[in-house]
Amino acid sequence: MWRFIASRLLQAVPVLITVVTLTFFLVRFAPGGPFDGEKTVLPEVKRALEAQYRLDQPLWSQYLSYWGDLLHGDFGPSFRYPGRSVNELIAAGLPATTELAFYALLVAVVVGMGAGLAAALRPNSWRDYLPMALAMIGICMPTLLLGPLLVLVFGIELEWLPVSGWGDLPGDKILPSLTLGAAYAAYVARLTRGGMLEVLSQDYIRTARAKGLPEAVIIGKHALRGGVIPVVAFLGPAFAGLLCGSFVVETVFQIPGLGRLFVQAAFNRDYTMILGSTVFFAVLIVVFNLASDLLAAWLNPRVRGALRGQS
Amino acid sequence: MVPALLRLLCWSGLRARPLRRCPLGGLAAPVDMAARLRTALLLGSLLVLGACGGEPTRVEQGNRDGVLHVGNGTEPQGLDPHVTTGLPESRIQDTLFEGLVSKDPATLEPVPAVAESWELSADGRTYRFHLRADARWSDGTPLTAEDFRWSWWRALQPAIGNEYAYMIFPIRNAEAYLTGKLTDFDQVGVRVIDPHTLEVELNEPTPYFLQIVDHHSYYPVPRHVIERFGSPTDRFTGWTRPENFIGNGAFTLAEWRLNKHVRVEKNAQYWDADAVQLNAVMFYPTENIVTEERLFRSGQLHATNDLPTDKIPDLRQTMPAQLRLEPYLGSYFYSLNIRREGLDDVRVRKALSLAIDRDAIVDTVMKGVVKTAYSVVPPGTIGYEPPEGLIRFDPVEARRLLAEAGYPEGQGLPPLEILYNTHETHRKIAVAIQQMWKQHLNLDVTMLNQEWKVYLDTRENRDFTISRYAWVGDYVDPNTFLDMWTTDSGNNKTGWGNAEFDDLVLRQIPAMQSHEERLAGFRRAETILLEELPVLPIYIYATKHLVSPSVQGMPQNIMDYISFKRVSLEPSD
Repeated sequence: MWRFIASRLLQAVPVLITVVTLTFFLVRFAPGGPFDGEKTVLPEVKRALEAQYRLDQPLWSQYLSYWGDLLHGDFGPSFRYPGRSVNELIAAGLPATTELAFYALLVAVVVGMGAGLAAALRPNSWRDYLPMALAMIGICMPTLLLGPLLVLVFGIELEWLPVSGWGDLPGDKILPSLTLGAAYAAYVARLTRGGMLEVLSQDYIRTARAKGLPEAVIIGKHALRGGVIPVVAFLGPAFAGLLCGSFVVETVFQIPGLGRLFVQAAFNRDYTMILGSTVFFAVLIVVFNLASDLLAAWLNPRVRGALRGQS
Repeated sequence: MVPALLRLLCWSGLRARPLRRCPLGGLAAPVDMAARLRTALLLGSLLVLGACGGEPTRVEQGNRDGVLHVGNGTEPQGLDPHVTTGLPESRIQDTLFEGLVSKDPATLEPVPAVAESWELSADGRTYRFHLRADARWSDGTPLTAEDFRWSWWRALQPAIGNEYAYMIFPIRNAEAYLTGKLTDFDQVGVRVIDPHTLEVELNEPTPYFLQIVDHHSYYPVPRHVIERFGSPTDRFTGWTRPENFIGNGAFTLAEWRLNKHVRVEKNAQYWDADAVQLNAVMFYPTENIVTEERLFRSGQLHATNDLPTDKIPDLRQTMPAQLRLEPYLGSYFYSLNIRREGLDDVRVRKALSLAIDRDAIVDTVMKGVVKTAYSVVPPGTIGYEPPEGLIRFDPVEARRLLAEAGYPEGQGLPPLEILYNTHETHRKIAVAIQQMWKQHLNLDVTMLNQEWKVYLDTRENRDFTISRYAWVGDYVDPNTFLDMWTTDSGNNKTGWGNAEFDDLVLRQIPAMQSHEERLAGFRRAETILLEELPVLPIYIYATKHLVSPSVQGMPQNIMDYISFKRVSLEPSD
């Protein structure tokens, strides 16, 4: 078990080194710099600015000093927001983004598993087709469209919920969470249906039925545990994806989160902020993938056994 | 969680039918779960109802408490007036700091601020400002002439990276000091006569000097606070954080939550505090203008920073009382790279200009919000009337000129490409012009869309034939729209230069004393520019706002300037 975790963490090291290196050079080779603006900057001022951010040094030396800072946990100063460090910006944006991702995941699991189970229990009937058709629409519908649509219906027409904000007004977290969670709910629904159908056709389920166990016990105790493994395996990457993919929702609903900062940083050529958030997101993805692998292993006796055998 | 949801799905059949009949009955939860679920549902619906019940909107609450809620474009980069460059930043800084003079929001005429009066010498080159004795920083420290001198010294240090330092260049030797040709700041034209008298010497008589002296580059900053947090020229110190902040404006910084809001509150130490009617102003970053419009409609904002052009026709019908469309001191144009073959011929440039039906663009793409541009300088700028008849729509003449230049029906003309940065409006205008040039001149012009910074880089390298560009005036004077076209101006990327134009704008006009003479000079200069056409004016910008009827004292003006100390809230109900 521990060996498994350790080896996975070791595998993450080259991944992170590659991420830092690629991002560092890619942003530098993108045309335009952090100090380019509509009005031409005086050459003396531009030189002074570049010196302040070490941009006047050779690229390789900047790269090495970036690593030096990074290993001390310092992402450096932001180009866009003078006086703020990237660490501070990430810390400021993380709570809202994490909360949003958590609620969206809740929406995804609750709605998705519900719909998936409903579909799996009566395959090829309208109870299957309806939720699966909705799920297909959910997967295809971009948040860019779904967000404003939900706002139009529940915010403007019905006036049930606030149109934007985060923690300012009661209920303002509902629409963003639904918007962000919808596509994942759809995906979870399809995974649940697939997983359940596979399990329900297994011999041990037939045996359970033959023994005359109540359907409730068969589904609840025996089938569900195996049926949700694909969902659990999906949850880790899904949570990481929700954390990293909330930019559109954050913009539509004016949420002060990390996704908005990240994309603005790319537009502004805020080198340190781009790098900082990329590295941060990379670490998150590695960690959540590992966590969901461990959880899936714990649920699946075959893998659990293999892991135990290793250690 | 999962059983609870399943229970919800078969809610109706739960009691009436045996569990087995319920399609998901196998997972039915114990009874206490059902009770808990019902409570949760009840709480949830209460939460939802709470949002739409009797709760006052932010605007209604603000009207009662004297708190103004405004959309402000983007998250401010910072609040140090010598570091930032954007409009959202300067709008907040205008509430936190005050210069020697400020502007009347209705007329834009200079009005006394920290200086209660001033005199101008007979040669128009030296101002003497008399600072009011009761001017104070928000911590109660007296504000003196030395504060201004030190602040301008700071603003001119290259190390601080003040991108707007050039605004101070009308002051004698300021440019030489910044560029390092001069190291003694005493030689720069700013002198402290006594704690309440400041003398400012200019290079030339600069009629617009009183307008720019309230630009944020000229704001005083508190030396006694800044030095506590590090070097005065360090961009990264935390003196503008709410817990450290000291200013001299009508408001002071109370709260600054990243990407959420900036809250400023009335400054009791302000010399004119009795006249300030608002208790606080809340600035919200609203980079998504569609969301901003929704915020206004749901009563979350008193005023929007901008509006989507596509919504204007609808808003004209539904919200005529709240909608404010006013001309803005900005010009939208296409600049031509005249070093490229084809565009080096003035007849080709004229043909391109004559083949653009600007009125059609304004009416269809811009929904009649903006005004057709017949000049680069917006008309009416301090009474300026641009030359007439040089910009017009005449496709027949356009075709003739193109043929005369040796490219009949566009034959033989090297390919042209319209460069623009990513924006729906820029794309639509480029498409319209592309079609007009195809229809009237038989030219196949391509389009190149680039992301903002890439576009800036392409322009910087002059790697374009035709490029969208725009200019917003730094002050209300034709000079701000004309001096950028001089040969050596960093903002002139066209490759065009004209000795007569340079001489007029850089030497003759600055020496002119009378207003009429200056206007005539600018007209001559613009006539040269529009006859040579390195730039094709398209339209004059407009500001687009929704403003709640409860907002008083916020008159529209060509600079979109708001004097928050004069704004009040009067609930209409």
